[in-house]
Amino acid sequence: MALLAELKDSLSSWLGHVFRKKASRIGIYGPPNAGKTTLANKVLMDFTGETIGAVSNIPHETRRVRRREGVMIKGEGYSVTLDIIDTPGLATKIDFHDFMSFGMTEEEAKRRAKEATEGVIEAIKWMDNLDGVLLVMDSTEDPYTQVNVTVIGNMEARRLPMLIVANKMDLPGASSDRIKGAFPQHTVVPISALNGKNIGLLYETIASRFG
Amino acid sequence: MDHMDTDTQFAQNIQINMISASKLQAMSTMDKIRLILDDVTSGRIVILERGLDPREEAQLIEHTMLKIRDTAFYGIEIQSYARENKPSPWSILRRNGDNRVTVIGPANRLKTVKKEKDVISAVIS
Repeated sequence: MALLAELKDSLSSWLGHVFRKKASRIGIYGPPNAGKTTLANKVLMDFTGETIGAVSNIPHETRRVRRREGVMIKGEGYSVTLDIIDTPGLATKIDFHDFMSFGMTEEEAKRRAKEATEGVIEAIKWMDNLDGVLLVMDSTEDPYTQVNVTVIGNMEARRLPMLIVANKMDLPGASSDRIKGAFPQHTVVPISALNGKNIGLLYETIASRFG
Repeated sequence: MDHMDTDTQFAQNIQINMISASKLQAMSTMDKIRLILDDVTSGRIVILERGLDPREEAQLIEHTMLKIRDTAFYGIEIQSYARENKPSPWSILRRNGDNRVTVIGPANRLKTVKKEKDVISAVIS
């Protein structure tokens, strides 16, 4: 009997391995300081108990792509396994003087600017290797930026699924309606990655969109 | 007007290059990017009668990052209206770009004041 159960388990494990759906590779994109890494940390903390990177109010804190594989997001009635790719903030301009206004020396600011330009290039190259994107926007900011337009255009051209995350809804002046009005063809989920507001809705939407 | 005044006045002149849709249609992606960045790094504003397609925009950002150095060039300001329709893969293969007028300039000279769905306000300094 025990042998039969063991054989059944082995067969089940083998079948599971052979027919297991490949985890979707999901990139977290957006402009600097939109809260991409804060969101990635929240997701990972909720489902793996770990974080992926440091956060800061100085733009371009994340300057290298970071990746965490096989993260299972599950809740009541839904489950999806993702490879999560946290990307550096996309920008069309990077001025080292901006970093000096946060108290950095000129040398530190120039080094950060150089690394930030490399990060933008790396993030763009990753667009060719994704199954979908979470585009994170700061709900207190103007959504009609070239970065947002370019990311959305690239996902649409590749016919890849995308969700817009209207982040920072905990801040005064935040408006997810402004984002919905700007990109009405896409699903917008308003959240606060910082305090977890609406995060359950985001997980459920991620599972239905990327599962 | 002395020599210094003339120089100051000349320095405030800003050249704007308007590129026609037919010229853009005949160019490869790299030729377009080279043309744009050559102009913008020289302080000129470029107006494209027909915008870049999404992949070209991404490549333009990538090549802009390669041009940023510690000196005077900190990147570009690029503005066009949001796309109303999803671009088809076919239109991208045919290099159609899209029909949105696009303005590109050096980030230290072209500043967007306000951008809405149908109106873009910018200043050139």
